[in-house]
Amino acid sequence: MTRRYSALSLLKEGLSGQKGWQPAWDDRPLKPRYDVVIIGGGGQGLATAYYLAKTHGITNVAVIEKGWLGGGNTGRNTTVVRSNYFFPESVRLYDLSLKLYEKLSIELNYNIMLSQRGMVSLAHTPAEMEMSARVVNAMQINGTDAELLDADGVRQRLPIHHGGPDARYPALGGIWQGRAGTARHDAVAWGYARAASKLGVDIIQQCEVEDFLIEGGRCRGLRTSRGEVRADRVGMAVAGHSSVLATKAGFRLPVTSYALQACVSEPVKPILDTVVLSPGTGTYASQSDKGEIVIGGALDRVPSYGQRGNLPVLETVIAGLLEMFPAFRQLKLMRQWAGIVDVVPDSSPILGESPLPGLFLNGGWGTGGFKAIPAGGTLLAHLLATGQHHDISRPFDLDRFTTGRLIDEAAGSGIAH
Amino acid sequence: MQIFSCPFCGPRPETEFHFGGEAGNDRPHGGASVPAQDWAAYLHLRHNPKGAAREIWMHTTCLEVFVMERDTLSMRAEPGQALGGHA
Repeated sequence: MTRRYSALSLLKEGLSGQKGWQPAWDDRPLKPRYDVVIIGGGGQGLATAYYLAKTHGITNVAVIEKGWLGGGNTGRNTTVVRSNYFFPESVRLYDLSLKLYEKLSIELNYNIMLSQRGMVSLAHTPAEMEMSARVVNAMQINGTDAELLDADGVRQRLPIHHGGPDARYPALGGIWQGRAGTARHDAVAWGYARAASKLGVDIIQQCEVEDFLIEGGRCRGLRTSRGEVRADRVGMAVAGHSSVLATKAGFRLPVTSYALQACVSEPVKPILDTVVLSPGTGTYASQSDKGEIVIGGALDRVPSYGQRGNLPVLETVIAGLLEMFPAFRQLKLMRQWAGIVDVVPDSSPILGESPLPGLFLNGGWGTGGFKAIPAGGTLLAHLLATGQHHDISRPFDLDRFTTGRLIDEAAGSGIAH
Repeated sequence: MQIFSCPFCGPRPETEFHFGGEAGNDRPHGGASVPAQDWAAYLHLRHNPKGAAREIWMHTTCLEVFVMERDTLSMRAEPGQALGGHA
């Protein structure tokens, strides 16, 4: 029976006909009672379960998922990880995440294929160049790595970028974050699921929340499609559908749901070895390990729960990409899809206890929840284990919408989430 | 390209329209005497329904603001209705 992944176990299994591999996580029935139940079997929910068991020793935990693990936004994002934010609160959050990502493959004994290939955010105008210098300064002061590139620096890192005299979007420079990169999104969900399951967490798929059990003004558990389950504390990590569950729990959130689309081209030989973002054209791209160009852009401007995406935004994204990289005109798109994301007025996440006591929130990640999975999991686990905020999660409490202490990253870093 | 229907100009491409928020989200009256909770609710809290929604939209070419009933899951949109004094 092979549980641990290593070169030796690969060799052993190769010699013995691959018969000893075990399922990565166990399929167990839903028990009637847990210490903690987590709604949502995406990266955030599974990471929460893992850190509850690993850091806090709470193993009587269930993760319930209405579909399959990582089938929502965890499996729909463009796999970019980075921490190039403006405000100190955000950098602490996203840099914690990046640091955890850096050792995650070893910690989970699961290859998440982290590739810190660096990311360049292009500046096409003098005004964007000034904003880039401001963000680089802020990032350095906040203690994360950032470098201001000039036009030559961009040319060196992106030789295929069209920056000639007739270019519509020449690059005057940009922001470089060398520790940014990509990670295999499914592997992050599966790696956390496997590690959590090994520590005793029950992972229940095909189990939908129908209602909250509310007694004495407190959340005591859930009614699900597989029966009732009781818990001392309930966590919710269902970004895209946060408002749907909040309505069942009897409160509203500062969230509007929008579709965020992405697409991939046919696979080609290596041509793009960094992540490139162009806020000016609303486009970003990277090349996957399989060779596909992975392309994303801005939100559709129509509130939506339909996981499809509309044509005008796709057209804008592709037009921007082709202006910058004319070589990509030959590519054929293979797939296009969309995920539903929680958009919050200040483009920062919501972490903390909900208006229903006993129910704790992890959501509001907008277009950028994947990069935050290790940190979001760590912080929700802390909240569920102690009932108190972690220093890093406190600024992201729901109360900021009443006190007015917003963390407006859309205005700060120019990143639209 | 989805087609939305402005009550004044008729069917037009979705790119001509701007989402203005949920209908019925009335501004609290009373200025400084309104509690912070109520201002926060008006400014930020949303029903954000999955399915049937009643929304305020602006047709950015004629600048008229109107009500549109839409399904946020199927994306089916009913023709816009002129504001009858109160949304």
